Amino acid sequence: MAKIHVSTTVNGEPTEFLCEPQQTLLDVLRDELRLTGSKEGCATGDCGACSVTLYGRLICSCLALGAEAEGHEIETIEGMADGDSFHPLQQKFLEHAALQCGICTPGFLVAAKSLLERNSDPSETEVRYWLAGNLCRCTGYDKIIRAVLECAADMRGA
Amino acid sequence: MTSENGELKWVGKSPIRPDGADKVTGRAKFGADLMLPGMLVGKVLRSPHAHAKIKSIDTSKAEALPGVKAVVTSADMAEMQPEWVAAGEVQINFLDLSNNILASGKVLYDGHAVAAVAATNSAIANAALELIEVDYEVLPHVIDVEEAMAPDAPILHDDMFTQGVTPTPDKPSNVFKEVDIAVGDVEAGFAKADLIVERSFKTAAVHQGYIEPHAAVASFSEDGQAELWCCTQGHFTVRAYCAKLLGMDLSDLRVTASEIGGGFGGKTTVYLEPVALLLSRKAGRPVRAVMTREEVFRASGPTSGASTWAKIGVTKDGKIVAGEAILKYQAGAFASSPIQPGCMCAFAPYDVENVKVKGYDVVSNRPKVAAYRAPGAPISEHAVESVLDEIAKKLGIDPLELREKNAAKEGTNAAYGPKFGPIGFADTLAAAKAHPHYSAPLGPNQGRGVASGFWFNIGGESCATLNVGEDGTLVLATGSPDIGGSRASMAIMAAETLGIDVADVRPIVADTASLGYTFLTGGSRVTFATGMAVIEASKQVIETLRERAAKIWDISIDAVIWEDGFAKPAGANAGEFEPMSLGEIAAQAGKTGGPISANSSINAEGAGPGFGTHICDVEVDLETGAVTVLRYTAVQDCGKAIHKAYVEGQIQGGAAQGIGWALNEEYIYNDEGRLDNPGFLDYRIPVASDLPMIDTVIVEVANPNHPYGVRGVGEVPIIPPMAAVGNAIDSAIGVRMTDLPMSPPKILAALDNGS
Amino acid sequence: MARIILTSGLGNQYAGGQTEFEIEAANVRRLIAALEERFPGIGPELEREMAVAIDGEIYQDPFLETIAPESEVYFLPRIGGG
Repeated sequence: MAKIHVSTTVNGEPTEFLCEPQQTLLDVLRDELRLTGSKEGCATGDCGACSVTLYGRLICSCLALGAEAEGHEIETIEGMADGDSFHPLQQKFLEHAALQCGICTPGFLVAAKSLLERNSDPSETEVRYWLAGNLCRCTGYDKIIRAVLECAADMRGA
Repeated sequence: MTSENGELKWVGKSPIRPDGADKVTGRAKFGADLMLPGMLVGKVLRSPHAHAKIKSIDTSKAEALPGVKAVVTSADMAEMQPEWVAAGEVQINFLDLSNNILASGKVLYDGHAVAAVAATNSAIANAALELIEVDYEVLPHVIDVEEAMAPDAPILHDDMFTQGVTPTPDKPSNVFKEVDIAVGDVEAGFAKADLIVERSFKTAAVHQGYIEPHAAVASFSEDGQAELWCCTQGHFTVRAYCAKLLGMDLSDLRVTASEIGGGFGGKTTVYLEPVALLLSRKAGRPVRAVMTREEVFRASGPTSGASTWAKIGVTKDGKIVAGEAILKYQAGAFASSPIQPGCMCAFAPYDVENVKVKGYDVVSNRPKVAAYRAPGAPISEHAVESVLDEIAKKLGIDPLELREKNAAKEGTNAAYGPKFGPIGFADTLAAAKAHPHYSAPLGPNQGRGVASGFWFNIGGESCATLNVGEDGTLVLATGSPDIGGSRASMAIMAAETLGIDVADVRPIVADTASLGYTFLTGGSRVTFATGMAVIEASKQVIETLRERAAKIWDISIDAVIWEDGFAKPAGANAGEFEPMSLGEIAAQAGKTGGPISANSSINAEGAGPGFGTHICDVEVDLETGAVTVLRYTAVQDCGKAIHKAYVEGQIQGGAAQGIGWALNEEYIYNDEGRLDNPGFLDYRIPVASDLPMIDTVIVEVANPNHPYGVRGVGEVPIIPPMAAVGNAIDSAIGVRMTDLPMSPPKILAALDNGS
Repeated sequence: MARIILTSGLGNQYAGGQTEFEIEAANVRRLIAALEERFPGIGPELEREMAVAIDGEIYQDPFLETIAPESEVYFLPRIGGG
């Protein structure tokens, strides 16, 4: 089967790739572009470890096709830090010990960033429901929720 | 050491973890993240049947498919004898391990691996799997533990004759082993009781649910040496198992532990690793094999589901006079469940003179169980903690006071035999009682439950190497995969011992060729045992530093002390020389005797038992049967928290897993013996919106056998939640739920029966 | 003489149901040898599968640990963990 040529933007960089018609965006990111920060925990959209934004919308990249990225902007965990400085959420996750094994962390960070872009002052409940599509098995979520809430407060104050 | 004057600079603080940056930027490399030139995709063909005879396997069509580079079956494995070996953690029968990795003769559960292929891409690999022809003769299957014990049950292994009964039976059965624990005389004990409560429970098989599926990259070279990269809790264990299964020398197999995306006991054995090696050996190219989530559920080890029964007798003032339990644990398709620790833990938190526990280790057509946080303990302690709650309610005694009256203390003979040293169980009970949560008001349909838990904690073999750089910074290598922040704890203990900045210690996890044997990360052992190796290596470095300073100053080593990261002249020479820092001494290492490094290899004994007490508030929706956890507090004696935030995190995570076990999680098999819910949609682990904040209280009763008092943390917090939640539900609606998970349909049914 | 306690499983299998013994042995290795002499077959099993607790202190890989004349020695299954 012929591969599809796709022109897109990944973390601000114009990017082209070839993919199979059935290849997921997650597989393209990981296997073709070697951006392995997005993780596959389930491949069914249940765990959120592969969270990215596609034209500004938070999605599970395992549920999108690579070909769907044509002409769109993709943001992944690899684009979150600004040069050599962390995004405030990354910094807060470190300070709050909001990760243990770290496999879910990229997905949580991408999802939390997407939340704060829409809602700069979320309640604890809003954070919990927004992040309900991201599974973490290590932390019990406590420190993740605290990190996001405190980050939101800091960013509002800044 | 600094701890002796009580002033700790790093221990108990929460510095940012040394591997943190890689983890928040996506740079950290996990099992599936390694790519090698020419790498093939490995995939596994799995049984669609719960129990079937393999009449034949024809791989010729798959082998002929262009792009397929290797196909393997059990015929490619080294021939194994039924050999029980103490391969690190538990008894492993290599014949079973081999048959679990690639089935031979029979398939024993839905998802059992039958063959594997390596191909140039995943589409070809999938096509090849479909071309493998397996001729099965389907056999009757059995899923439930009680049904598997029935006399007419389908037999999984016709050479399984129940161990632990005399004389050994002459008929095969699905009961691998019977276990007995007996202290005192339970009949006499019960005769003295004013109140006896007994009850039966069922707990579901639950999966560890790590978010990272198993993954391995293997690369075999023509001379028989191989490299293996995989996500594991113990790469030395992986090396031992794989070398045995492939008939290799240990030194020919170099295993590197990738970053690991959760394990909780589930990554203490091998599944894909030997398969990737076999494929790579046959194909002559690197092979990467990664499980799908469905494969993780169907074919990697959950923990046992069980049928349990507990009976407790008390006097009217609440003193336990006898405790008895019968525990039937699923082992999965091959022998050996965590029944032994389950039996030992059941009554361990309590000072009971008369105890009798009978355990059954039972095979059925399910995936072989693997360790899961405090293996066996949550199941048996759930039964005991639930019955204790019922007793407290019947006697009108506060449930924490009932536990206080019976709590094991230093000098108490544990229900499994030996005397306890200093332990902090009573301290956790007192802290729970004093917590504002315990006296907070409750609303309608809300209830509060408490429960406690015990786990042994273990030590074991560990190595650590500390290399001092010329600039005075250090690299600390251990062989313990870092599953939840242990590199941070190792750096803290080294920095504390040396009296230097924690940022000057760079901890790494070394591969199997670079360090001596280190037992796996599990059993709450790493901070304790590997920590002791780290402290030992740090002390050796201090000795060398003193010796070098003595040389530089031209005085006797006895006249040099090490204090707060500096060598200082002491005694008659005190004040005569300026103190020298580690960096200053390291800079002159060349001329004072060469590079400064130390290696410590230990087998750490003297682990300190851990206890926890949890408080849980729930609200029950009478319309839907849904249970919401409103508030949760977990108290635990950790001995000493080295990295405070990660200790809290371990406790919170364990509690959340226990809540999932209590309310949501279960393996559901259909009539054909196939797993109906092999995905996170239907196997529902707690999500962020299911849980409240989880408050933690760390109690510190030092373990006298560790320089900083460490006991271990990770296992205990999963034990109390199942009973704490069940006890809270009973308080809310007056119904004792006996079947886990306590899911909405069961709660509704119980409410209907009750009203 | 030290007080030695076996699990009831081992007692049933090797010692006719008896689980408590008074044995004099300087260390664990010698104790296991003494038990093997009395109950042939028990030695390898003790070495392979069992930890010991000497006066409350658990040793997972016991070998040369000293046993005092008044010690209490429990054999118990080796513990792993998740």
